[in-house]
Amino acid sequence: MIKPIQAILRGGFDWAERGLDRLVGPQANPFAQLGALGYFLFWIVAVSGFYVFAVFDTGVTRAFDSVEWMSGPQWWHAGVMRSFHRYASDLMVAVMLVHMTREFALDRFRGARWFSWFTGIPLIAFLYVSGITGYWLVWDKLAQYVATTSTELLDWMPIFGEPIARNFLEPTSLSDRFFTLLVFLHIAVPIVLLFVMWIHIQRISRPKVNPPRLLGGAVLVSLVIVSLAMPALSQGPANLAQVPSPVRLDSWFLVLYPLADRAPGAAWAAMTAIGLLLAIAPFLPPRRTPAPAKVFLDHCNGCGRCVDDCPYEALRLTRRTDGAVYLQEAIVDASKCVSCGICVGSCPSSTPFRRSQELVTGIDLPDYPLARMREDLVAACAATSQGPRILAITCAHGAGRDLRAAPGLAVLELPCVAMAPPSLIDFALARNHADGVAVVGCSERACYNRLGVDWTKQRFAHERDPYLRARVPRERLATVWASTTEDARLALEIEGLRGRVAALGPNRPPPTPPAPVEPREKVLS
Amino acid sequence: MTPARLPGAAALTVLLTGLFAGAAWLSVTPEYRQIPPDTAVVKLSFSHGSDRAAARRKRAPEELAKLPPNLRTPMECPRTRNPVYTELYIDAQPVFSASLPPSGLSSDGPSRVYRRFVVPAGRHVLMARLRDTPRADGFDHSIERTVDLVAGQSLAIDFRPELGGYIVR
Repeated sequence: MIKPIQAILRGGFDWAERGLDRLVGPQANPFAQLGALGYFLFWIVAVSGFYVFAVFDTGVTRAFDSVEWMSGPQWWHAGVMRSFHRYASDLMVAVMLVHMTREFALDRFRGARWFSWFTGIPLIAFLYVSGITGYWLVWDKLAQYVATTSTELLDWMPIFGEPIARNFLEPTSLSDRFFTLLVFLHIAVPIVLLFVMWIHIQRISRPKVNPPRLLGGAVLVSLVIVSLAMPALSQGPANLAQVPSPVRLDSWFLVLYPLADRAPGAAWAAMTAIGLLLAIAPFLPPRRTPAPAKVFLDHCNGCGRCVDDCPYEALRLTRRTDGAVYLQEAIVDASKCVSCGICVGSCPSSTPFRRSQELVTGIDLPDYPLARMREDLVAACAATSQGPRILAITCAHGAGRDLRAAPGLAVLELPCVAMAPPSLIDFALARNHADGVAVVGCSERACYNRLGVDWTKQRFAHERDPYLRARVPRERLATVWASTTEDARLALEIEGLRGRVAALGPNRPPPTPPAPVEPREKVLS
Repeated sequence: MTPARLPGAAALTVLLTGLFAGAAWLSVTPEYRQIPPDTAVVKLSFSHGSDRAAARRKRAPEELAKLPPNLRTPMECPRTRNPVYTELYIDAQPVFSASLPPSGLSSDGPSRVYRRFVVPAGRHVLMARLRDTPRADGFDHSIERTVDLVAGQSLAIDFRPELGGYIVR
């Protein structure tokens, strides 16, 4: 049931994202920066909020006039800031909804990744409360409608003593003190929102909280244009002796208000059902609980590369416990590990050239250890005989996941392409297992394991340790970053590599010197 | 920004401006009518505590003797209140009647109500009454008022004993 929905959504996102990729490249693609855009919009709302608050009068009889003054005589600064405040808030809701839907479509919410999804649920509530309390402050007809409907909705729950809606019973009911409370709420709740946003990113490393300058600049310029062309305006002063009808609702924040207005119980039921559904989503089958990465201290010198590369903060360095000469060792937090294998690819001990009896590295995946990776590579390549022998090292979440072995094509599928240590490519070519290697990862804007594509590119470009050795013939190597809907492009890229390799002739690596590598255990002892 | 990226940046700005304009349009869409045209709203709401369920009484010496020393107050003052029974009639038609229990964990708080009724605009006769004493029938407070409601008007019926009883605004 879930998978077809995800597939449809994924296709839609991919279509839109590929178009934007062509326009601005994968780095500035808004879809790749939704979390960062959320933070960016929050700061726009905060700064414009401070500005607006400076010229806002918090008295119940003066609030509307002060807001009108902003949008009237002072439209060129306070009015623009008011529109900024309003539209950036609306866009936060839009960005949040798209972000949530995309993470669901890409299946990035299960297993050890439940935390970010789960902490996103209170974010929704705090964002809505922040926005809704802001609507009250304008104290126009819409504010009156929002205030009365909100309080009637709260009063439906038998937890409050005095019906809060009595504050809006008739014109003399509302006091400046109540309005001051609203101002406090509208400032306090966003502060809590920011705190929850901080918690939301605690289990990922290098979270993106600032969009690229190009994207940030485009957002600001677009907001200025829209704020000038379509300024946010009030809907006439509130009057508690009148029913505020009709009002123009904000579809972003007030979508449930007609339901809350007519059937508060149904509105509560809908909100509870949505909340519960979102809360249990990460724990619904199929559960994914692969064995977490395991550190082998005999082969770990505490260099910290795995800690630096882990996208999920699942690794840290601690004081050495085995009496070895090294100061530190890596330890795995199993509750955060998604078994992507990026740590395996980052470990300097992960070299398939090693000739110790059993290939063991400093950190490995119990479900798919480096030794098996090497065996699979050798076996897959051995089965290819025709033409230029191409080895495709593919990601289980990108275009390569449907790639099948064919004459002249060997496929080695990994949880993430960054699990492959650069020495694996060297091994495939230097040991003449293949004539060419294609590394096929997720699209650059939507790496399933967040940093796998970046780390692979940097390792190949000699920017990140462990490097791909200079002796690896780059003309026999291709990197393809493609999403699951780009099978056709992947096929073309592989055929292109095959053509290039065919033109180069058979792979004739220099003979490997027979010097045996000393087993690490002996070195350490 | 490099000149090579300018066209992409400009195109992105145009695209985002279009999207943001759509978002801005959605921020004032749709138009919603809380009540149909040519109707008005009558709100009945009060927060009022009825009489205590039992009167104060002096404890007998033997009762006091049974109590812990720190609780031996000579007077017993039960806190529990009676429910408030209220009715609302519009044009002689009963639209609301309820026995409103006292609030609070000890049932010693005021009884509360907040209800909204949509009525056609025009002349109406409103009658509200309530019973806040232990009497079994009859009413302790009532009001009957003929009102001319214009479309979109919100009329509140409140009960404030300190201001003399029912208030219609």
